[in-house]
Amino acid sequence: MLQRLPLALAAIALPLALRQAFLVAPAEQKMGVVQRIFYFHVPSAMMAFLGVGLCAVLSALYLWRRDRRLDVAAEAAAELGVLFCTIVLITGPLWARPVWGVYWTGEVRLTSTLILWLLFVGYLLLRGQAGADRDATARFAAIVAIVGALDVPIIYKSVEWWRGLHPKVLKVSGGGGLDPAMGRSLLVCSLAFLLLFAALFLERLRLGRLALEVSALEDRAARIEEGGGAHA
Amino acid sequence: MSGAGATRETGAVHDAAAARDPRTARGIGMLRGALAVAGKDLRAELRSPAQAASLFVFALLVVVVFHFAFDLTAAEFTTLGPGILWAAILFTGVLALDRGFRVEREGGRLDGLRLAPMAPSALYFGKVVSVCTVMAAVELVLVPLAAVLFNQPFGGWMARLAPILLLNTIGFAAVGCLFACITTQTRHGDLLLPVLLFPASVPIALAAVRATGHVLAGRPLDRFAHWIALSGAYDLIFLAAAVLLFDHALDD
Amino acid sequence: MTGAPRFEARSLSRRFGSVPAVDRVDLTLGRGERVLLLGRNGAGKTTLLRLAATLLRPTSGTLRVFGIEARGDERAALRGRIGYLPHGRLLYDDLTVAENLRFHARLHGLSGAAARVARALDETGLTGRADDAAGTLSRGLQQRLSAARAFLHRPDLLLLDEPFTGLDRPGVQRLQAMLADRLGHDGACLLATHDFASAWPLVTRVIVLAAGRVAIDRPIAGLAEADLPGLPGLAS
Repeated sequence: MLQRLPLALAAIALPLALRQAFLVAPAEQKMGVVQRIFYFHVPSAMMAFLGVGLCAVLSALYLWRRDRRLDVAAEAAAELGVLFCTIVLITGPLWARPVWGVYWTGEVRLTSTLILWLLFVGYLLLRGQAGADRDATARFAAIVAIVGALDVPIIYKSVEWWRGLHPKVLKVSGGGGLDPAMGRSLLVCSLAFLLLFAALFLERLRLGRLALEVSALEDRAARIEEGGGAHA
Repeated sequence: MSGAGATRETGAVHDAAAARDPRTARGIGMLRGALAVAGKDLRAELRSPAQAASLFVFALLVVVVFHFAFDLTAAEFTTLGPGILWAAILFTGVLALDRGFRVEREGGRLDGLRLAPMAPSALYFGKVVSVCTVMAAVELVLVPLAAVLFNQPFGGWMARLAPILLLNTIGFAAVGCLFACITTQTRHGDLLLPVLLFPASVPIALAAVRATGHVLAGRPLDRFAHWIALSGAYDLIFLAAAVLLFDHALDD
Repeated sequence: MTGAPRFEARSLSRRFGSVPAVDRVDLTLGRGERVLLLGRNGAGKTTLLRLAATLLRPTSGTLRVFGIEARGDERAALRGRIGYLPHGRLLYDDLTVAENLRFHARLHGLSGAAARVARALDETGLTGRADDAAGTLSRGLQQRLSAARAFLHRPDLLLLDEPFTGLDRPGVQRLQAMLADRLGHDGACLLATHDFASAWPLVTRVIVLAAGRVAIDRPIAGLAEADLPGLPGLAS
């Protein structure tokens, strides 16, 4: 029951987040109502990075400990990372179109997110295409996840320089110049997304563990079957 | 030592003793192992020139296709040329990587390499060296040919390009050898390798294209030194990471 | 030198996904023991050999080779003393016969490589083909070259997977002679094959694997080659 707590909390927090984003937060002066997508876009980006970071840490632990439960958790984290990355990539252009007049501008953070998304979609494809040997799949996926996570800051830096933002010229800070009321709304929405992340993660973990148990039972059944046959 | 060799010829006695000598048993060291692997790969490349030639033809083909697709003038080469050049290099690199590891996967040759008394990273560095050498050979042919195709004067820019080619080729091969080792053990791995490798190589692609562009435009080093630093950092980070990770890509 | 067994498995298991290929195997191989490893297709012979070669990580159980637990960095040192002749070919088709052997010698850091290679070529009767590409050799000659490669570094533990495949009668005799020479009186060997007749003169002990488990483990004393097909785990 305690495992379902984040799910219940998320169910309460998400409507509150909606209220914050649409009713409580003040309208932005220039962008107007469109700007409110910000309260979903930014928390999604945070959760995407959380998913990817968590996946890399769990992958490293898996390579060290070789415990399948760690692999299941890493996969769950990667799936959530891709999910929230997708939300970022949908909400980004939706926000950009009315404000800048185009869907895709090659903005640094959005472009980096796209590359990150491609990396971890590749990760999921690798998991899907690997052979029957579950442990080999887990090792390969873990390596790709660690390389991918190490790559994230380098990708960001390279895209930033590519866009002509020369080093040491300007530093874009996350929520700089944000109205305090907007900041509060962002905080509420971020916490709600964090709860959603935790709830989905735990549910996915539960599924993964069940799948592990099933395969363990299949192992036992196969052994009993074969053993019985050989020693009859 | 053991009396086993007593009945054999003297050479055999020596051999048997050497095999049991704990010092020889400890291994052959990273550098010698890597050089043995790279030497073997390059020798095999030279023995099958037709296969190696297909890499060169493919690289040239990419450049030619872009040449027609964009219908470039010589002046435009400075802006679009670097992208075309690096697209050809990286596409060819994927083929070289896949080939380099597929040959070890087939027939279980990887088992033979793994049974050598050396650290797994020796195999990794051997492959990085051989893949980089193959890619460098392709680049050596590709750059002058591209210059002819796009009506560029031969000159000092080619020499100034060399370190940029080298650094970015190493970076691409550093991650590439790790990923190719994985994908060649996977079903449909030949498709999976570019899918995994190209997003991961974005920093290399961007750094290479920008630095090459600056060289083509004849700008001084301090305008693009940060790109070279980025490539160098990428090389070091992923060569180091691969040393730690490569064993896990092999160990069943 | 030491009294440690060449190979010692305790409750050794390896699963692929949900399939147990080797299942809780206990097996000790002393010096000079040459084991004939039998079993039907899929009984786990190749998996057991790959485990013994430290190429596969056990799912559970322990494995000691030359008295050293085979895990982590310890394996690099062990591997140089193992000779593994797998079912597949470890040869590089584009390299010549001699180059294949020289590469193996370099990988194992062998001194006097040229003399060793020459002797191995002589033993396998491949001297005349030394400069031909390995890919141009017939199946049987490739198998001889593979054997020469596996024995080149004078391993203390030989792991052979169907070594007689593709060999004609003289080829089998050559390989038998090479094996007998390499094993001396204290070399240990694990030989998996369906070719009972060719292996029989070489071995001292018979093990039958069935569904990944040891069904039979006994010395050959009191056993005749003709009895082998009737052993439990092999008889259909």
